[in-house]
Amino acid sequence: MRKQYLLGNEAIAHGCLESPVDFVSGYPGTPSSEVIDILRMREMKDYYVEWSVNEKVALENALAAAWCGLRALCTMKHVGLNVAADPLMTSAYTGVTGGLVIMSADDPFAHSSQNEQDSRCYASFARIPCLDPSGIQEAHDMVKDAFALSEEFGLPVIFRPTTRICHSKGDVELGTIVATTRVGKFHKDPRQYVVIPAHTRILHKKLNEKQAAIKKRLVESGYNYYRIRGSTAVVASGIAAMYVQEILPTDVSFMKIGAYPIDEEWLAEFVQQHETILVIEELAPVVEEAVRQVAGCVAVYGKKDGHAPYEGELSPMSVARIMESCGFNTAKTFPEANPLPDIPARPPIMCAGCTHRPVFYTMKKVFKDGIYPSDIGCYTLGLQLGAVDTTICMGASITVGSGIYHSGEKADIAATIGDSTFLHTGIPGLLNAVYNGANMTLIILDNRITAMTGHQPNPATGVTASGEQTVPVSLEAICRACGVSFVDTVDSYDLVGLTTAMKDAKSRPGVKVIIARQPCVITARRAGIRRGRYQVNSEICTSCGLCVKFGCPAIEMGGDTPIVSELCSGCGVCAQICPSGAIAKEGRR
Amino acid sequence: MNESYDVLVVGIGGQGTILASNILGEACLTEGRLVKGAETHGMAQRGGSVESHIRIDGKFGPLIAPGDADIMVSFDLLEALRYKHYLKPGGKIIVNRHVVIPTSVFVQGAPVPDEEEILARLGDVSLCVLDAESLAIEAGSPLAQNVVMLGAASHFIPLSPDSLRTAVESLVPPKTVEINIKAFDLGREAGAECKG
Repeated sequence: MRKQYLLGNEAIAHGCLESPVDFVSGYPGTPSSEVIDILRMREMKDYYVEWSVNEKVALENALAAAWCGLRALCTMKHVGLNVAADPLMTSAYTGVTGGLVIMSADDPFAHSSQNEQDSRCYASFARIPCLDPSGIQEAHDMVKDAFALSEEFGLPVIFRPTTRICHSKGDVELGTIVATTRVGKFHKDPRQYVVIPAHTRILHKKLNEKQAAIKKRLVESGYNYYRIRGSTAVVASGIAAMYVQEILPTDVSFMKIGAYPIDEEWLAEFVQQHETILVIEELAPVVEEAVRQVAGCVAVYGKKDGHAPYEGELSPMSVARIMESCGFNTAKTFPEANPLPDIPARPPIMCAGCTHRPVFYTMKKVFKDGIYPSDIGCYTLGLQLGAVDTTICMGASITVGSGIYHSGEKADIAATIGDSTFLHTGIPGLLNAVYNGANMTLIILDNRITAMTGHQPNPATGVTASGEQTVPVSLEAICRACGVSFVDTVDSYDLVGLTTAMKDAKSRPGVKVIIARQPCVITARRAGIRRGRYQVNSEICTSCGLCVKFGCPAIEMGGDTPIVSELCSGCGVCAQICPSGAIAKEGRR
Repeated sequence: MNESYDVLVVGIGGQGTILASNILGEACLTEGRLVKGAETHGMAQRGGSVESHIRIDGKFGPLIAPGDADIMVSFDLLEALRYKHYLKPGGKIIVNRHVVIPTSVFVQGAPVPDEEEILARLGDVSLCVLDAESLAIEAGSPLAQNVVMLGAASHFIPLSPDSLRTAVESLVPPKTVEINIKAFDLGREAGAECKG
């Protein structure tokens, strides 16, 4: 087959089809989301695919499929693995019969994440294998092998690409897609699947006994290899192995690690043939710790002696700097090249016509001097509007809000959370806040979609991952069932409605919920909704600047008076803000 | 060792940098060459500054180091300035004569960057400035500006114009092939003046 120029996630999805995969579940999260998006959008699907409500739910579903003998893929971003950690840790004990591959995509430099945790640590914590690709072709080949290795070991396998694999592109040689006809069959075996203490003690011992064979087998897999070329060596893993190879002189030995756990005997054999070893890897010093354990008198450089950073992502230039600092030559030098000063920043912003902006605008007016716990989604960009005071993890807007209230803080608390995040892990926090008597207002920013990660459907959308109609969940009914007595639903573009609802909520005791509903402006546009553009009548405009301060990217200053650009989606919120009535729909006065 | 030819495509989320990078990648495959690339996805795309790295004949990682790009194709003057340090000495910038003013500038009432001032700050490198919007409109759609830019850059990028045209044909929506090929040719014509 001719090579293709593919995104890492496209190559990974194709690898799964070649395996072939039978069952796919996951929760969207950058940089992992495109894998399921590609699998769910295919017309011919002989596999099951779902967007689950959260990663724990996704992993438990996939685990059950693997217990039934199927090849199951479960995708998430690195922090999603925290949510799925509960089933993860014990799934290593129960093991699997079909192949279970957990793709946990790491994000060094936190391009689109709240932290820089390293999924390889979860693999060693759970004592399961981890495959860590260094390029797109390898990611494709590895994910395909991961299913077979999982079946061979009877264990889940963590597949850990990083942002620079998932969202990079390259020439990839693909294999043939294989049809699957497997049907799951559950064979009862309580000693395996019921982890009561008497069973689990035995299962834990079995897991530990598997380790030595796994290490030997992973050496044979070919994902870990070395070339001896001199008395000094660089050991590298993941994408950093590519950066190293780009600049490595021909007289320096090289070892690449792509599969864990690392066989200590094999590693020691290499390390002991050198005088100096430099370990280059992103995030946690996983390889470095293994090297140091077998190093004896061999000098080891890396993070632990301050030569390499624990945080951020590496690049060819930063790898060259690390090598130079340890006295290594490089085959290529990089001159200092710094950005010019005083260039206005262009951070990501909420879209023109974003449904969140008017809600934040009103919230800041009604709950002036309030505290604004928020959550994970596009609306975290409300930080730029001063409408986000806290963000920690999915669902934590509600729990942080109730915690602040119970701490004795007297300020009003107005928390914001998106529909998908609320359904992911927000519900228990709401139930808890009501049950324990918190006093706060929760605003659910309901745009009917999981927008930030690329517009995946969720239970509020009323459509499944494969595009079939399903019952849209009622957020109102969920809130009421949690014990909330004040639940009000308003149009996110209606400033009067928003103001009335928020004032009403503010005047009442207990936990109040306002559902601000309007489809995401991007999905609305894709669905063909055209509202018509607005314009500023310069004869009426007093140049007060209120519409400009609203921060919509469609409103620019054109000399003294603002103008509405072609970005306008026609939401009409600026017309409601304008105190002189100078903004109106084109063609109307 | 055969060095890669490194192209940095920069712009603002939504301007079509990813399609431009796909066209270059596809043209590499047509010519049987290796290629690696990196791009911005996720929330960072929402109206933010975006960059695509394309390494023609690239064997290793996808990232171009600052000071190492052979050419930069910028859809916006301000973005050309932001990424100028990625260019290697003697490198070239193909830039659209247009500035989208960041919304933060208006909200904060900061000084509005001016085209002439930006061009002056770019003055010490070899520039090819073109009005991609008018050329795209002439071709039939303002959306074809990214292909206009590639057409202009095609004089300098070591890929044959025919491979690039074939890639444009296979990657743009079928209904817009004619417009985009025209956009490529108009851009190529405009870029011819920058050869020196």
